[in-house]
Amino acid sequence: MSEEAVKKIILKEDEDYIVNMGPQHPSTHGVLRMEVCLNGETVKYMIPHIGYIHRGMEKMAESNTYKQIIHLTDRMDYLSAHINNEAVCLAVENALGVEVPERVQYIRAILDELTRIASHHLWWSAFGMDLGALTTFFYGMRDREKILAIFEESFGSRLLHSFNTPGGLMHDVHPDFRKHTLEFVKYFRKKLPDYKNLLTDNVIFHNRTIGIGVMDKEMAVNYGVTGPSGRGSGFSCDIRKTAPYGIYDKVEFNEILYSEGDSFARYKVRMDEMEESLNILEQLVENMPEEGGFTAKMKPVVKLPEGEYFQRVEAARGEFAVFIVSKGEKYPYRIKFRSPNFSNLFVLSQLAIGGIIADLVAITGSLDLVIPDIDR
Amino acid sequence: MILLDIYSFSTLTSSIDKSLNDAMAPWMATLTEFVLLGLVFLIFYALLGLFLVYLERKVCAVIQNRIGPNRVGKWGMFQTIADLIKLLMKELITIKNADKFLFNLAPFVVIIASFMAMAALPFAKGLQAIDLNIGIFYVIAVSSLGVVGILIAGWSSNSKYSLIGAMRSGAQIISYELSVGLALLAIVIFSGSMQLSTIVESQADGWWIFKGHIPAVFAFVLYLITATAEINRGPFDLAEAESELTAGFHTEYSGIKFAFFFLAEYMNMFIVAAIAATLFLGGWMPLHIGGWEGFNQIMDYIPSIIWFFGKTFVIIYIIMWFKWTFPRLRIDQLLNLEWKYLLPLNLINTVIISFVVLMGLYFK
Amino acid sequence: MGKNNKLLEFIANSIPYGTLIQGFQYPELTVPSGKLHDAAGALKNFKEQPFDYLVSLTAVDHLEKFTMVYHLESTPTHTMIVLKADLANRDKTRIDTVSDLWVAAEFHEREVFDLFGIHFNNHPDMRRLFLEDDYGYPLRKDFKDDVNIIEYSN
Repeated sequence: MSEEAVKKIILKEDEDYIVNMGPQHPSTHGVLRMEVCLNGETVKYMIPHIGYIHRGMEKMAESNTYKQIIHLTDRMDYLSAHINNEAVCLAVENALGVEVPERVQYIRAILDELTRIASHHLWWSAFGMDLGALTTFFYGMRDREKILAIFEESFGSRLLHSFNTPGGLMHDVHPDFRKHTLEFVKYFRKKLPDYKNLLTDNVIFHNRTIGIGVMDKEMAVNYGVTGPSGRGSGFSCDIRKTAPYGIYDKVEFNEILYSEGDSFARYKVRMDEMEESLNILEQLVENMPEEGGFTAKMKPVVKLPEGEYFQRVEAARGEFAVFIVSKGEKYPYRIKFRSPNFSNLFVLSQLAIGGIIADLVAITGSLDLVIPDIDR
Repeated sequence: MILLDIYSFSTLTSSIDKSLNDAMAPWMATLTEFVLLGLVFLIFYALLGLFLVYLERKVCAVIQNRIGPNRVGKWGMFQTIADLIKLLMKELITIKNADKFLFNLAPFVVIIASFMAMAALPFAKGLQAIDLNIGIFYVIAVSSLGVVGILIAGWSSNSKYSLIGAMRSGAQIISYELSVGLALLAIVIFSGSMQLSTIVESQADGWWIFKGHIPAVFAFVLYLITATAEINRGPFDLAEAESELTAGFHTEYSGIKFAFFFLAEYMNMFIVAAIAATLFLGGWMPLHIGGWEGFNQIMDYIPSIIWFFGKTFVIIYIIMWFKWTFPRLRIDQLLNLEWKYLLPLNLINTVIISFVVLMGLYFK
Repeated sequence: MGKNNKLLEFIANSIPYGTLIQGFQYPELTVPSGKLHDAAGALKNFKEQPFDYLVSLTAVDHLEKFTMVYHLESTPTHTMIVLKADLANRDKTRIDTVSDLWVAAEFHEREVFDLFGIHFNNHPDMRRLFLEDDYGYPLRKDFKDDVNIIEYSN
């Protein structure tokens, strides 16, 4: 990283005070190095440095078959692992023209929504902890354990299950899957008022987040900020509504949009999304067919016809897209992962200017970044 | 009042005094008493500090729906001792360009300030080390010396982060001292004296929080908020927040010196709670209701030292509850709160209380 | 999806130097690399369907050329188009930046520079993003790293 390039853009004065919020954070964001220049307590500029966990996934995927790429996409945004897998599976299935059974689509959507709720749980826990309300960590994690128990029952693994595969699922879900999901929905609906009392209605929390990090809609569209962060500024970008995939066109739900664009709006979008996901889950579990199997008929070696394929899905943090260039072999010629956190990160340096460091922590928490997704 | 005397410690203290004076010259007896008192207080301070750290961990666990330490000793009782041994064995890192004398002095200043404040507190009937006629004034003045220690610590660490943290702490503590003083002034006006034993005895027919009705309750609430800010705890702990940049003014301290800062913080919490208990809730005076002699006699059966520690621990529990529930305030919001809202409210409350006392509009 | 007649007309009128074909999912417009900035600007300023959201910016290494691939979405109407430009020369690959149209492109282009070595003209901050300055360009097909990559033929 050449320092002359940095100096070309920003003229440093003598009273600049560079402070490093280094790769190891007390909060759970990941390995991100933020170089913050302070003038007293005010932030003059902020430069993020990434690449600490660059694993070269796009290069690795060029020598892996499509079934093996599922395991790579898991490990990018690990909190919405299932949804990332689904993008690759859908791209392959659309390219081959394979029709997956409806039951599989229902199960995939149920797992999507459960993953989304679990991811928002972890975000809520970490956000409260960043701001000093240390108890939110335990409340959120306790409820997230219930979802992870459902996953462990069916797949054997709590976080990175790699359950999707081109054509369907790897094996069938546990017979109690629907029952446990419904129990979780009932349980969590009773707990949501607790979350509201603890953090959403707290006046100190309002002072820390209202009016902080305001991002208007044009900025969000220009920077490509999608997901709950973009929807907090009024940018209507929910892929489940604009380009529905799977079973989402048969499910009724609202897209949550707030127009203020500050950290509190982004917070409210995620809290409301958790409730909407509960509604979606109820509809899905009710209508899920029992018969249909768990996979469509696929050849053992998947070879995509020559061409270019693009599939977008709504991950927990924004729009995740997969671009596959295939030359007719069993490995992709080029695969590009458009990760939501990559676009969401760089708006941070704009939003941080003019605030103080405590505001920087609040904004980073409200944007909900997962760093391995940025670095891939 | 007769029943109170059964549990009075003055028999014990006067008998020790008498036996010492019989055994040796008067100046030597006084010297021995100094040494004895010093030892008793040191041991009490250390043991109470250990107990408070353990209590904090258990209270935090209860609020967060988990168990807390339960492996070291039954119910995790010896956890703090294990932590203390670990801290004692750590290497004392000296910083290259730091001012060595001030760097080593800072923890001592902080501990001495809180120690001196504790000497004036009335623990039970007849159990008070110094009964100055300017009791409460002395306590507030001496606990202000702690700020000097914090600023020395931040400055002598020769590190940007410690300096920022120390400056923030210093600004916060000095601002909130005004409100603390004014809130305590409320009770001084009510009872007409600054001497702590007089204040406690004036609550023999009811605690000031009940006798002084609304203004006293208001002063109590204001005191709780501002005292939490004074001791750098609860929602006001931005200066040492773990999720911000640094650990504040004690970043560069390790081992026993860090243990001193840590201990002083918990003991300050005890002192602040003890002052609240003494002034607003009656100190070692049992719950009396003016005129109900039978009820008062029953209340007197519980020893006064249990009353004192019971009230203090209730207030400590409330202070701990604040910390684990609320998010933190930003430094500018914190100072805004004090100068724009709490201080004017306090001033208005003081004027109201003066009026109430002049007109006699309270329960006598 | 389906036929988007207004878009096709607009492209026929304003971007005559580009070739438009219907790809597998979205219309694909290929322009010569010198005209990329003009074509992107025209698409962004198209009144009825302004393509204001840059979904993805990447490059593909076909062995005799590089292809820049831009996926654009128009947020009022939710239509997508794929914009492509070919770069012939493997050693001195330069193309105009589009970061003055979409700020998101600033960082995507840094990533492409990092991994492919394609240099963008007029970019405000052209430096590498993930890797060290002397690492080479990993996503190129002729990238050799004897320490970390084991090559075998299948």
